[in-house]
Amino acid sequence: MTEEFNVLEHELVPEHHLMPKKEVDKILKEVGLARDQLPRMRLSDPCIRALDAMGSPIEEGMIVKIVRRSETSGMSVCYRLVVRG
Amino acid sequence: MMVTGVTKRISAIKFAMLSPEEVRKMSATKIITADTYDDDGFPIDMGLMDPHLGVIEPGLRCKTCGKKVDECPGHFGHIDLAMPVIHVGYVKEIKKLLQSTCRSCGRLLLTGEQADEYSKERDRMEELTGDSLESSSISAESAKDASSRTSCPHCGAVQLKITLDKPTTFREEGHKLTPKEVRERLERVPDGDLVVLGIDPTVCRPEWMVLTALPVPPVTVRPSITLESGDRSEDDVTHKLVDVLRINQRLRENRDAGAPQLIVEDLWELLQYHVTTYFDNQTSGIPPARHRSGRPLKTLVQRLKGKEGRFRSNLSGKRVNFSARTVISPDPMLSINEVGVPITAARELTVPIRVTERNLALAKEMCARGPTPPGPGYKPGVNYAIRTDGRRIKITDKNAETVAESVEPGYVVERHLVDGDIVLFNRQPSLHRMSIMAHEVRVMPYKTFRFNLCVCPPYNADFDGDEMNLHALQSEEARAEAKVLMRVQEHILSPRFGGPVIGAIHDHITGSFILTHKDSSFSREETMKMLEKVGDLKLPPPSVKTRRAERWSGKQLFSMILPKDLHITFKSSICQKCSMCKKEKCENDAFVVIRNGELLSGTIDEKALGAFKGRILDKLARDYGPDTSRAFIDRATKLAVGAITIRGFTTGIDDEDIPSQARREIEDAMTQAKLKVEEHITAYRNGELEQMPGRSLEETLEVEIMKVLGKARDTAGQIAGRHLGLENSAVIMAKCGARGSMLNLSQMAGAIGQQAVRGERLSRGYWNRTLPHFEQGDLGSEARGFIKNSYKSGLTPTEYFFHSMGGREGLVDTAVRTSRSGYMQRRLINALEDLKVMQDGTVRNTADAIIQFTYGEDRIDPARSVQGDAVDVDDVLLTVLGDKGELIAKIQEKGVVSYGIQDRDIFETPEDAETEEESDFEFGGEEG
Repeated sequence: MTEEFNVLEHELVPEHHLMPKKEVDKILKEVGLARDQLPRMRLSDPCIRALDAMGSPIEEGMIVKIVRRSETSGMSVCYRLVVRG
Repeated sequence: MMVTGVTKRISAIKFAMLSPEEVRKMSATKIITADTYDDDGFPIDMGLMDPHLGVIEPGLRCKTCGKKVDECPGHFGHIDLAMPVIHVGYVKEIKKLLQSTCRSCGRLLLTGEQADEYSKERDRMEELTGDSLESSSISAESAKDASSRTSCPHCGAVQLKITLDKPTTFREEGHKLTPKEVRERLERVPDGDLVVLGIDPTVCRPEWMVLTALPVPPVTVRPSITLESGDRSEDDVTHKLVDVLRINQRLRENRDAGAPQLIVEDLWELLQYHVTTYFDNQTSGIPPARHRSGRPLKTLVQRLKGKEGRFRSNLSGKRVNFSARTVISPDPMLSINEVGVPITAARELTVPIRVTERNLALAKEMCARGPTPPGPGYKPGVNYAIRTDGRRIKITDKNAETVAESVEPGYVVERHLVDGDIVLFNRQPSLHRMSIMAHEVRVMPYKTFRFNLCVCPPYNADFDGDEMNLHALQSEEARAEAKVLMRVQEHILSPRFGGPVIGAIHDHITGSFILTHKDSSFSREETMKMLEKVGDLKLPPPSVKTRRAERWSGKQLFSMILPKDLHITFKSSICQKCSMCKKEKCENDAFVVIRNGELLSGTIDEKALGAFKGRILDKLARDYGPDTSRAFIDRATKLAVGAITIRGFTTGIDDEDIPSQARREIEDAMTQAKLKVEEHITAYRNGELEQMPGRSLEETLEVEIMKVLGKARDTAGQIAGRHLGLENSAVIMAKCGARGSMLNLSQMAGAIGQQAVRGERLSRGYWNRTLPHFEQGDLGSEARGFIKNSYKSGLTPTEYFFHSMGGREGLVDTAVRTSRSGYMQRRLINALEDLKVMQDGTVRNTADAIIQFTYGEDRIDPARSVQGDAVDVDDVLLTVLGDKGELIAKIQEKGVVSYGIQDRDIFETPEDAETEEESDFEFGGEEG
């Protein structure tokens, strides 16, 4: 009865982009961070599962770029490390 | 620079358990007797006060290390328990271990592959994040997985269900497991399997969770005190240890004598009880051990836990020296940066001064004055001098001269406070950073701390008996830091909403209203009186000069304290919000125009000077900086106080007098409203009432009645308001924003209106009625809490009762809200306390992990923002384009109006609600 709904299409969910493995190191260098300093998100996160279903499988250790609309600055970008769970 | 001490960084802290061997090894002595002192008052060897455990009496030496009191840290002893007992702190872990390991072979109830899988996962996790929380969740998962098995994968034994009988009894399918059996099982678990469960077997074996030896803390931890009568009184922990020892002794004797199993078991359980309460005397499921007087004992856990525990009251927070506390009172003649300190406090609080060749003479002079320099006038003395060898000498009137002579460079003298010293000033509850600010000292006579009224709002202080704390800073570094970062003038703009928190209140606002409203003017004498306090000003030519008199307009006087290039335009608090604004020609004089530092039109009131709302303060603090703003506030205070002093200002009950004609009109309105309510009720009874969508018939009736009665109160207010003009003091205060509101006034002069509980008319009390004065089921206005009288005319007995019901709700709400928001604040602070904005704009915690990639996503410091926005575009336009800019601003204003957000008043937040409530308390309830 319930239709599958892609959470990524909801207006309150910010854009999630999976970063290609090649680019990860470049990004980390750019923001001057080590992996373990990044905020985390779980593999079981609905957004990760939606991304996973859409394309290539997602493993822990990958980095997701999140672009959200911001009340203060218009748009803001942040990165998250995918972890187990 | 001099290097003082070596700084080291802690890389990790590891927690492990004490093994019985370690307990015995670190023990200075074994404790066997429950007695503490012998008849001569000497501690008994191998008793709880054994001299090997450390010293508490001055003069004696420790038998273990040979040091004296304060040098010897104390030494642990131990008690060998006759039978093992379970440590209450570890029951959860024991349960987990018993459930997830085999009852016969002790192996973890997982196959080798499963165990490997979990180990690998943990390794991966640690490599990826290094988060101990994550890895503990993995071990919890593996334990859960293992305990769900019914037979051992290694030896095939069938597993029985283990349950825990709180607090310390384990059962296997109903059969009781003795601590001894539990210990035997835990011993069987192999080291390799423990790793999977997240236990490091090299430092922590599970059988250590069942105690066989109990460490006895040093006497320094549980000092006995000698009462005045000469009796000794022991610490609670000592009392508890006596209990443990006594039962331990009896248990050993009985067991060795071969007493019946039943008796031994009873004693064993008693020992378990005593050891359990020794650790935690609030363990649920067992009665707390009590002192002879019936007071529950304070044992180990109670010492550490909660607000009064070691952590929150001795480690996170401490009592400090060089601090003072007394009642506060106002002094408008002080600058906002200053605090008046009573002489008695100034002589007690000291600042250490390092003596050099340059200040030697001064230091000697102060030192010679001693701790109580004679008058007249205040001169700083010295309470203590610290010699070059570090000895501290107390200076008395007798030795002052001698010590003064010995003072030489390298000494430190602790001199009394003098004018200009930087101190910290604080009022609890310290909810935001403006609750502690740095002030400059002004030593004054009398006994209260005094400060400028404009600083009340950030401290949320009033003078109905409030007390505040003051801390004298002890190092140059601290003083410099406080002066740069914490001075009052640096906190005029709040980081909460980017507006002023320091500003005029009450009479200060009334004063500036009186000074500037319309064409108020002052004679030469009056003008001079006002300006003498302000000082340092050149008198401009009078605005009106006739043959007989010369007069200076208030606007002219106010302009004198404004910066000469200030441009600003805004609407005052007294603005009526007319649909068509007449701008400069406003008949209420509510349109403020300042050009080149000249007040051209408009009244200076709350919107200009008030804390939270003051537009001029906002502009000055942002564009001219803290020094200019401070100077302006100081002068405005004096000017306003001068103005209100000259005119005189009072309010009394006759301010709410209205003509009898108006009284009758109000009465008529009330009767009409009552009739209208009755009409609605009849319609409802006859089923003629038209139901509102989404509401029941009863609800519809209530809504209609509330509407009618609400309107009735407003009408009464309006009728009364017609006779309350700006010549009325109470109205002046309400209109200019000093105190009270027009609603408060209309409740005093017109009618109080409907009382409500939970937003509904009153309905509870008796069976189907609020009070026995009414018929059952009466829905009329009078029976349901409508008050047609005013505070002034007086309430009828039923009205009085209803008013109390409504008032009670407000009090309960406040009580509930403060406790709840206090706890919320505590948790929020605990979560945020170590976050920091780094140089690169990121927000990070102490682990250097990112919390926010860009602070606030825009890197804007809210204290420097314009009510939350980074740039005030209108202001920039106005500055750059001048009058042309005004045109553009006007166009923009229209644009904003069409979106319906013209009056973006972000200040209508809890702060205002609070003031509203305060006035509620003074003027009585308001309902709507």
